[in-house]
Amino acid sequence: MEHIRTPKVEKVRLLDRSSGQRKVSIGTLYLSATHTIFVENNPETRKETWVLHSMVSSVERPPTTPAGSQLILRCKDFRVFQILIPQERDCLDVHASLVRLSRPEKYSELYCLSFNPNANKEERQESWSFIDLMADYKRMGVPNNLWVSTAANSEYRVCDTYPSELFVPRSATPATIVGSSRFRSRGRFPALSYFHQDTLAAVCRCSQPLSGFSGRCQEDEVMLQAVMKSNPGSDFIYVVDTRPKVTHQHTQTHCSTITGSDTDTTCVCVCVQLNAMANRAAGKGYENEDHYTNIKLQFIGIENIHVMRSSQQKIIDVGEMRSPSMTDFLWGLENSGWLKHIKAILDAGVFITRAVADEGVSVLVHCSDGWDRTAQACSVASILLDPFYRTIKGLTVLIERDWVSFGHKFSHRYSHLDGDPKEVSPVIDQFLECVWQLSEQFPCAFEFNERFLIAIHTHVYSCQYGTFLGNCQKERRDMRLRERSHSVWPQLWKDRAEFTNPLYKAELSQSQGILRPNTTPYCFKMWKGLYNHVEKSTPPRQSPADFLSAVREESQQLEEELTNHQEVPPGGTAHHHPGSRQEDRSSDREANHLGEHRGSEEDSPPAV
Amino acid sequence: MEFAELIKTPRVDGVVLHRPFMPTVEGTLCLTGHHLILSSRQDNTEELWLLHSNIDSIEKRFVGSLGSIIVKCKDLRVIQLDIPGMEECLNIASSIEALSTLDSISLMYPFFYRPMFEVIEDGWNSFLPQDAFKDLESMVWTDEWRLSEVNKDFSVCPSYPPLVAVPKDIDDDSLKKVATFRHGGRFPVLSYYHKKNGMVMMRAGQPLTGTNGRRCKEDEKLINATLRPGKRGYIIDTRTINVAQQAKARGGGFESEGNYPQWRRIHKAIERSNVLQESLIKLVEACNDQSHSMDRWLSKLEASNWQTHVKEVLTTACLAAQCIDREGASVLVHGTEGTDSTLLVTSLAQIILDPACRTIKGFQNLVEREWLQAGHPFQQRCAQSAYSNSKPRLEAPVFLLFLDGVWQILRQFPCSFEFTESLLVLLFEHAYASQFGTFLGNSAAGRAKLSLPEKTVSLWSWVNRPQELERLTNPLYEANSLVIWPSVAPQSLLLWEGVFLRWNRSSKSLDEAYDEMVHIIEYNKELQNKVNTLRRQLAQLETEDPLLHTP
Repeated sequence: MEHIRTPKVEKVRLLDRSSGQRKVSIGTLYLSATHTIFVENNPETRKETWVLHSMVSSVERPPTTPAGSQLILRCKDFRVFQILIPQERDCLDVHASLVRLSRPEKYSELYCLSFNPNANKEERQESWSFIDLMADYKRMGVPNNLWVSTAANSEYRVCDTYPSELFVPRSATPATIVGSSRFRSRGRFPALSYFHQDTLAAVCRCSQPLSGFSGRCQEDEVMLQAVMKSNPGSDFIYVVDTRPKVTHQHTQTHCSTITGSDTDTTCVCVCVQLNAMANRAAGKGYENEDHYTNIKLQFIGIENIHVMRSSQQKIIDVGEMRSPSMTDFLWGLENSGWLKHIKAILDAGVFITRAVADEGVSVLVHCSDGWDRTAQACSVASILLDPFYRTIKGLTVLIERDWVSFGHKFSHRYSHLDGDPKEVSPVIDQFLECVWQLSEQFPCAFEFNERFLIAIHTHVYSCQYGTFLGNCQKERRDMRLRERSHSVWPQLWKDRAEFTNPLYKAELSQSQGILRPNTTPYCFKMWKGLYNHVEKSTPPRQSPADFLSAVREESQQLEEELTNHQEVPPGGTAHHHPGSRQEDRSSDREANHLGEHRGSEEDSPPAV
Repeated sequence: MEFAELIKTPRVDGVVLHRPFMPTVEGTLCLTGHHLILSSRQDNTEELWLLHSNIDSIEKRFVGSLGSIIVKCKDLRVIQLDIPGMEECLNIASSIEALSTLDSISLMYPFFYRPMFEVIEDGWNSFLPQDAFKDLESMVWTDEWRLSEVNKDFSVCPSYPPLVAVPKDIDDDSLKKVATFRHGGRFPVLSYYHKKNGMVMMRAGQPLTGTNGRRCKEDEKLINATLRPGKRGYIIDTRTINVAQQAKARGGGFESEGNYPQWRRIHKAIERSNVLQESLIKLVEACNDQSHSMDRWLSKLEASNWQTHVKEVLTTACLAAQCIDREGASVLVHGTEGTDSTLLVTSLAQIILDPACRTIKGFQNLVEREWLQAGHPFQQRCAQSAYSNSKPRLEAPVFLLFLDGVWQILRQFPCSFEFTESLLVLLFEHAYASQFGTFLGNSAAGRAKLSLPEKTVSLWSWVNRPQELERLTNPLYEANSLVIWPSVAPQSLLLWEGVFLRWNRSSKSLDEAYDEMVHIIEYNKELQNKVNTLRRQLAQLETEDPLLHTP
């Protein structure tokens, strides 16, 4: 609280620029320890706008106008608020407070650790056991005679950014593991990400080898050999280096195509250096095919976190343009490079999927440290390979495995604490967008809707729950997060009705087996739901999905009524929501209270 | 002329057909007067029947003695025929070229086509001009408007229908005078009457003021007759002010403030037809090249300008609709001829304003009234499509741009239209090549001369059959009487995949989603029926058996 200089300012004007509103509302601005709250003066609505401090990415103070002093609040979920404060003094105070509050210096300042929800201890403990990664490995048939659990990292001694429980090839001895880990960046040795039961091929992940120009490591070579041997159907493995092999510097001259000739875009490529080659000079690099037998090296070309950070800024700017022309928009989209990057990540997933599912060849994926591009490529591949990860529960398991447990640096990437801005990058944003792009191509294949992806995106940044705090499992253990905070997943699960895609149908061909997306450039769209909050529904604009959800809900009630009349239509249960089994218990009770307002406990107003 | 003269080789065996999303078929290729047919002779489903008039252009390629003909269709499909034998291939190619570019309308397929379906409702009688404004007659109609037969022999305005709606106070002689003052004789006529507030939308050709500022009192009187006392109206000119100024040198012009003080003129440029044609060609070329990188695709899409044109027409249509609904003002729309951009604006504005136009029948009525009767020269505009090699003269995808605009609104308001995208795609196909006579000719006069109703079948006869209507009906439709304001922000306007990417990407999963949507809604209806029956039975039992009431 010591950072709040002025807790309350009156006669403040607020414009929610991102909602497409043109109307300014007048009200009172409050600063609490966790939120900026704006309460409209209008006695009829008294609309409240709450902005979590941890969601604020920047607070700008444009020059003072005669009407007062301005603040522009940009949020990590791409909302933008324009605030006009009558007195400059107040504005300076609010600005200083917000700048400090939105950049916590210690974890203990974060919402999930500073704010005590009134849930009890058991509930908290239960929330953390919502996801059981070992159960998911079991689901994919692991451990088995090819892949076994290793205790090598149980105390995080071999690799402090890896989880304690890992699966490795059966033939990999502890010595091999330790030896290989010494030869890999940050000790991130090859471990199992996904096992494909149909072909017995696996997706494994690691970091780059510390090979330099000539270095080699026998244990690492044995380790890769072991990965290959754990797939009886294949005599080689793919090593996928997700980095671009060559860094191009583009000098592009844009000319219009009035002449209609093919030389409208002159592209001068200057091959400056090998990206991977630069790493080699630093003693890192990629596998030397002469030293490793039976590997095929494949470069994919996903750009690094710095390129992605500036690309996302550009696409945010595109979303914020005021009445752009079509040319401005399309040029901005192209210039941002964003969709190109999304395509590269999806292409990586497609490559891995084809190798594993079609060729039956195992794949070892790495980038530099193996926690950004590697996480993207592996998790996209899992989505494509396994329908389970396209369910609400499955996606949470996947994020928990490939991102949270494998040491994706959430706190650095999403600037949970005031830190190095060069560490910040929208890595998981891109994964979520890949899933969204897929759901546009396969509308029936995903159990969840766009809102679910956006909710996850929000929570990755919001620090309302402990799930995404810290940079690896060890850090979270050391922070005793499980005792001090809650997991986000049970909360999202509770709201699953809101996140359910009414078109999801597990029996359809697109929902079963492998997803084979088309990655031709014209298949990619700007994700309006995330980057462009403008034009939320003005009636009678309707979302077909919401309409269908309502229809399905009604059907469910009708089914219940029919059951009550002891007449079930043939095949009537085929359209139950997944998860409706749990509701069946109470169906009798509910059937007698049809039409009554349900879930009133959840509607209690928020406390200030 | 006999078709046989044009067919050099009527039949070739061992031809291999490649087409999008279908397995390769080997079979016999036959050329008839109107069709290119490929039959495998094994399975009827593996046949290709292609109207020659659907062929936009062809390319020949030779590898040794194997020739290939790449057939590019007006519906944007590209198919390939591998023909053994160089001579056969050349013969087939030149025959197709000749047959697909026949000049005489009366040799077109609709004059030879006999329907294989039962005509329940003759489409030629579905939208008679006298019925077009019928529902208005019960309104203020008779006080302020009348139907005029001044053009019954097409002598006053060759591109107008025989019957037009004009202000009641303006007699036919005045109309004749006004016609001499408007481009192509297109005097201002009623396009749309907004029941909500009694405001109207009119359309016309440009006024022929010329450089010396010619004026026509009758013209001023005609359009002023549509204004309420003390109210101002809007003239939406679909040209830039510069283009409108330049038109004066060629005898055209625009309404000056001095002579039309009660009207505010707004210039909203919509590109002219040849620009649209080039835009379409570039767009389709970009869509067909799958090797593009993301950057190149986006820059080609941008350079085609198609999406810009979509935004332009929707913006102008919104403006017209806004003037009528929000400002409560009457509107007159014109460009130069009043047969292209003018119709884009008036018809799209009606989609926005009038819920009736969003029904299947109402939309057909709109196409009939605002495009066919209003004299859009379909024959000229749709003679060639995106693969045309020749320099465009009169060809232009104006109607396709209209359909794209409707699609954009439909996509933004998926529950407000009784029809689905399929109806729009169907109209696109038939406007360019059809067995039906509906889109033949350039005007009502031209169609009358061809005796189309007597000699051909109407497309509406085909569409308005129960099976077809069922296919075209939007399961999400819930009638609403509101004005629907589409967003014209670039982010909200998408490329119309159903037409431009139709042959490039599989729609299987989208089709599955559509089926699932239908399924969910039908299942709900089925349940509702069952529950209602049960409720009725229960109610009946309760009244019959008093024992049920005791616990």
